[in-house]
Amino acid sequence: MTKRQKRMAAVLLLLVGLSVAAVLGFTAFSKNMMYFQTPSDIAAGQLPEGARIRLGGLVEKGSVQRGDGLVVNFSVADCDANLPVRYEGILPDLFREGQGVVAMGHMEGKTFVADEVLAKHDENYMPPELAEKLTTPDGKHSCAQFKSMGG
Amino acid sequence: MIPEIGHFLLIVALGVAVLQFLVPSWGVWKRDARAMAVGQSAAQVQFALVFLSYLCLTWAFVQKDFSVTYVAANSHSDLPLIYRISAVWGAHEGSLLLWMLMLSGWTGAVSVFNRRLPADITATTLAVLGAISIGFLSFMLLTSNPFDRHFPVPADGKDLNPLLQDPGLIIHPPMLYMGYVGFSVAFAFAIAALVSGRLDGAWARWTRPWTTTAWLFLTMGITLGSWWAYHELGWGGWWFWDPVENASFMPWLVGTALIHSLAVTEKRGLLKSWTVLLAIIAFSLSLLGTFLVRSGVLVSVHAFATDPARGVYILGFLAVVLGSAFSLYAWRAPKLKSEGDLAFFSREGLLLLNNVFLVVAAAAVFLGTLYPLFVDALGMGKISVGPPYFNAVFIPLTAPLAVVLGLGMAVGWKRAKFKEVVRQLRWPAALAVVLAIVLPFLWVDGNSFAVFGGVLLGCWVLLTSVHDLWGRVRAKRSLLNGLSSVPRSVWGMTMAHIGLGVWVLGVAFVSLYSVERDVRLAPGESAELHGYQYFLRGVEPVRGPNYDADRGTVEVTRDGTSITILHPEKRLYRAQQSVMTEAAVDESPIRDLYVALGEPFDNGDWSLRMYYKPAMQLVWWGGFIMFFGGILAASDRRYRLAKLAQAPVEADGKVSA
Repeated sequence: MTKRQKRMAAVLLLLVGLSVAAVLGFTAFSKNMMYFQTPSDIAAGQLPEGARIRLGGLVEKGSVQRGDGLVVNFSVADCDANLPVRYEGILPDLFREGQGVVAMGHMEGKTFVADEVLAKHDENYMPPELAEKLTTPDGKHSCAQFKSMGG
Repeated sequence: MIPEIGHFLLIVALGVAVLQFLVPSWGVWKRDARAMAVGQSAAQVQFALVFLSYLCLTWAFVQKDFSVTYVAANSHSDLPLIYRISAVWGAHEGSLLLWMLMLSGWTGAVSVFNRRLPADITATTLAVLGAISIGFLSFMLLTSNPFDRHFPVPADGKDLNPLLQDPGLIIHPPMLYMGYVGFSVAFAFAIAALVSGRLDGAWARWTRPWTTTAWLFLTMGITLGSWWAYHELGWGGWWFWDPVENASFMPWLVGTALIHSLAVTEKRGLLKSWTVLLAIIAFSLSLLGTFLVRSGVLVSVHAFATDPARGVYILGFLAVVLGSAFSLYAWRAPKLKSEGDLAFFSREGLLLLNNVFLVVAAAAVFLGTLYPLFVDALGMGKISVGPPYFNAVFIPLTAPLAVVLGLGMAVGWKRAKFKEVVRQLRWPAALAVVLAIVLPFLWVDGNSFAVFGGVLLGCWVLLTSVHDLWGRVRAKRSLLNGLSSVPRSVWGMTMAHIGLGVWVLGVAFVSLYSVERDVRLAPGESAELHGYQYFLRGVEPVRGPNYDADRGTVEVTRDGTSITILHPEKRLYRAQQSVMTEAAVDESPIRDLYVALGEPFDNGDWSLRMYYKPAMQLVWWGGFIMFFGGILAASDRRYRLAKLAQAPVEADGKVSA
């Protein structure tokens, strides 16, 4: 091979490698992409059974009920809808009734089965996605009264 | 009074930074030696000013001066002294001051150690660093002044975020910042090379120790951050692919690529424009990391600032720095000609391949971290990708890297024979295969493809590193003679590679053999995990300096013999009324036994999170060994001699090993 051909071969090899990496990356990306949903989204939408979801909302006051072992049931709500959630495991330190929460899991019938529950780092933390969805056009959170609502 | 002095010193420092930028730049343009020399004294004065200002803020914390808004927000009269000192960088404003201290420190070091460089290179380098300094100082003075006062003075402070009250957090941020900011030096050198149009072996040799130093601090910072997350967050994880972690990992990947391409540029005079590009990218990613972490775009423990003006300022600053650096690059880089060509199967060829893998891996992390932000900004919905994405992309991209690494050390510069390399490496390769089959039996009866692959790669990296060192030693007359003749830079390289091998082994075992169990226990009950019995002996209240805690006593036994007694805690920090989990870990090189308290139940039961984590320590050891490797490499005599060399720069250009 001449020098020029060698260089072309090297460039070609690099391009092939990069495209493989890109394909790999984008496949993994689309496979693992999770959309953020609120209880209203789930009530409105037609989600396939078993689809993985990030559910965000507020833990309804008075809805937390302990079962056997580490099973815990609670209800996550936004302004318009609420959704029963079942979780088995240890809840994070900042999990409180009336506080924002993000749960990863899937729907089983009418119940959301979570395998991971996050309530991050800050007492007043609300997932930004949720804060945005709860914001009315005039820029205020519209769910102040909701937080004290009985479950 | 002291806080006002600190504020004033910062304003003066900004003035000095303007001088440090303008005067040497003018000097380079007019070829005026006196103007060029101003950069050095300006850099040193600036360091002194920022350092004193930093001391002023520390003083305000030590004295519990709650009239300073920042102190009141991040300290408390019960906070122990050591945490009051580290609270200086516990939130946004102070951590910026720490960042500035690091930047002026690095700049001061450049002005002291690089006296022997050509005057125009030093002047340009210091001018660029001065410009960065202007950006950060004005950012601080305009949007985030740590010395602001407020009235009325509160009776007590709001306390430091309890998550940050941990020994790991005392040193994690300074280390990380040393690394981040350190890449500004490589960046400034790269700009100087572009401006002067001179980029040769000597240039690479000046830049190498600075880059290695930045890299070793970043390595240590990331390792400590991971160690902290493992102990403090109570989830037993050590890496979450959290955007904030990724923000520090991307510059690390590109910085690692830069170290290797600098080696090629120094030894062979190749890959010049690529090296410059990497230096620019590494620093850009450091700035981007700052933007991501400090702008409030990401919600996490690190996101202090939620003031949009701050985010806009950093984004604007980023645009100016990147815009001018890349324009300069596009204009001047074609002038940087390589001296010779590159054979694929040679050390430089494999190093280029290493660079490609590292940069593509960094790009994959970049995609996963930023794409959700872009989608959100474009109003196309809220999405996220979790650890599965990163693992799926990252592992296939880095596994070949480990293979190439082993080959690269055995292959010579310029050109090599494939057969010869295969002959040399047949024993390390065979031994790696044997170890990959045998080692997993230390933990479980069995093996799997994933474990075999991980251990094989780890052992391969380890063994080829040792083999390479052995080859150098064996060539000498005696062992002692051989060991002492190996230069420090080679020791450093070998150590860093061994560290990587150890790290890979640790990651392979801990990710594939960890066992986790969440249980609910009443005091006196026990649960079994991987052959260990965990007895919950009881939970008692204890009182700490600024928190109240429930302190569990968990005895771990195996086959009836007591192994250890662990004391996990659940703390309630009084000032912020926030709850923290303090995990307890029994560590050994073979396995970690990890217990964290979950939550109490009404009937006195507790939930507990228990982990069996094999070889967890290897992950930390890997990071520390890389860190020490970096220290050895950066302190090689060669770099110090190079500074003393009076020879003209160009004559030194073509060094071959």
